[in-house]
Amino acid sequence: MRIPCPICGERDRREFYYQGDALALNRPDPDAGDVVWNDYIHNRDNSAGVTRDLWHHEAGCSNWLVVTRNTVTHEVLGAELASMVKGEQG
Amino acid sequence: MRFSALRILKEGLTGNKGWSAHWRDPDPKDEYDVVIVGGGGHGLSTAFYLAKEHGITNVAVLERGYIGGGNVGRNTTIVRANYGLPGNSEFYSHSLKLWEQLEDELNYNVMHSQRGIINLFHSDGQRDAFARRGNAMVNQGDDAILMNRDQVRDMIPYLNFDSLRFPIYGGLYHPRGGTARHDAVAWGFARGADQRGVDLIQNCEVTGINIENGKVRGVETSRGTIRAKKIALATAGRSSQTAAMAGMRLPIESHVLQAFVTEGIKPVIDHVISFGMGHFYISQSDKGGLVFGGDIDFYASYASRGNLPMMEHVMEAGMSLMPMIGKAKVLRSWGGIMDMSPDGSPIIDKTDIDGLYLNCGWCYGGFKAVPGSGFSYAHLIATDRHHEPAARFRLDRFQTGYGLMDEEATGSQHNLH
Repeated sequence: MRIPCPICGERDRREFYYQGDALALNRPDPDAGDVVWNDYIHNRDNSAGVTRDLWHHEAGCSNWLVVTRNTVTHEVLGAELASMVKGEQG
Repeated sequence: MRFSALRILKEGLTGNKGWSAHWRDPDPKDEYDVVIVGGGGHGLSTAFYLAKEHGITNVAVLERGYIGGGNVGRNTTIVRANYGLPGNSEFYSHSLKLWEQLEDELNYNVMHSQRGIINLFHSDGQRDAFARRGNAMVNQGDDAILMNRDQVRDMIPYLNFDSLRFPIYGGLYHPRGGTARHDAVAWGFARGADQRGVDLIQNCEVTGINIENGKVRGVETSRGTIRAKKIALATAGRSSQTAAMAGMRLPIESHVLQAFVTEGIKPVIDHVISFGMGHFYISQSDKGGLVFGGDIDFYASYASRGNLPMMEHVMEAGMSLMPMIGKAKVLRSWGGIMDMSPDGSPIIDKTDIDGLYLNCGWCYGGFKAVPGSGFSYAHLIATDRHHEPAARFRLDRFQTGYGLMDEEATGSQHNLH
């Protein structure tokens, strides 16, 4: 599996640390309550198909990436800087 | 048809013409008391114990593929009860006791071999941690022996004791641990359930769960609508998809775990051995193949196959622990879909939907749990009360934070187990 880092180009999966579902970018309000926080920390769509997850290019540029990927085929469809994605989301 | 030595002798002398199919291949009925979704190890043992312990026989097991075609037929076959935390400890202890009587109970040779498991340690800190775990096992009533380096060397002389980087300080020996023939476990439970009247329905994919006013009514399947009073999910790595049919989102992330087997060689490895300085565990099957595995690949996956980095890690760990296996050729490798829970421990619980039951989160350790999981799940389905050894496998522990069972003490978060 190779991941196209927007900064470093296409790099081997070994250079990246996997964090999990990119919903981690949507951190709820501290007072949102245990149902919302449980959804954020534990519950997952866990889709069989195209997903967006967070990878850290720890042996490269050290950026956090949102990688669009197919969990059934291992095909990597694209990668964006998480800071840009987060910026778009406000 | 009962199996016995006499029967084998008789069939051997008469051309083996008397054997029959181990279970029927029925069409689904319109309605069942209990429909179990998933014909893997856990689903089959649940059906078996529902019939045997609770007399509930109007049961169907719906399997998308064929019996024994999923993770129960492709794993590293290890059976053990060496957990340290309350909740897990009593459950796996109960499961191991069921294993020890399983062949008599099923009248089926599952080749349960209590050859012993040795978890090696390589530092003072790791020795302390293993001593603590061993004490927890003994307190639970199971067996654990802390062995020093010389005792391990006497038992397993071929390990790389003089490794400068990972010297072997000793091992935690669990004599009642071992292996079982995974296919036979699936077949034995399938046959036992079928003999008690359970319908095993293969090539039957569940496509929807019918719920009215918060109560289950039945399932839609590729073989038509089936009504059911109770529905029990036992779909392992596919749990998120089946639960989504009931509108639920689970604390599960599906990951790929690889395992490997070499060509058959003469007996060399008598035990199950695990390396403490890299994720690697190995045993030798009765056919002679070295069966070994490591950690999950650490990214969400439904691909049923892994990638090279973890394969390399496993091979390197194996070579640094026991260089003698280097010339054995790897025959095949495979990847299974693991239902990883945030704290690394499973879920056997009711849901908010009346009549819908949940069994998932077995991570990469579901095989040894097959009898215990089925026993406890059947108890929950039949009585609506938790079975004592599995009473802590609650779904709501993640929301409340109470009763988390984080065996590795790494945190209750998805990418840490």
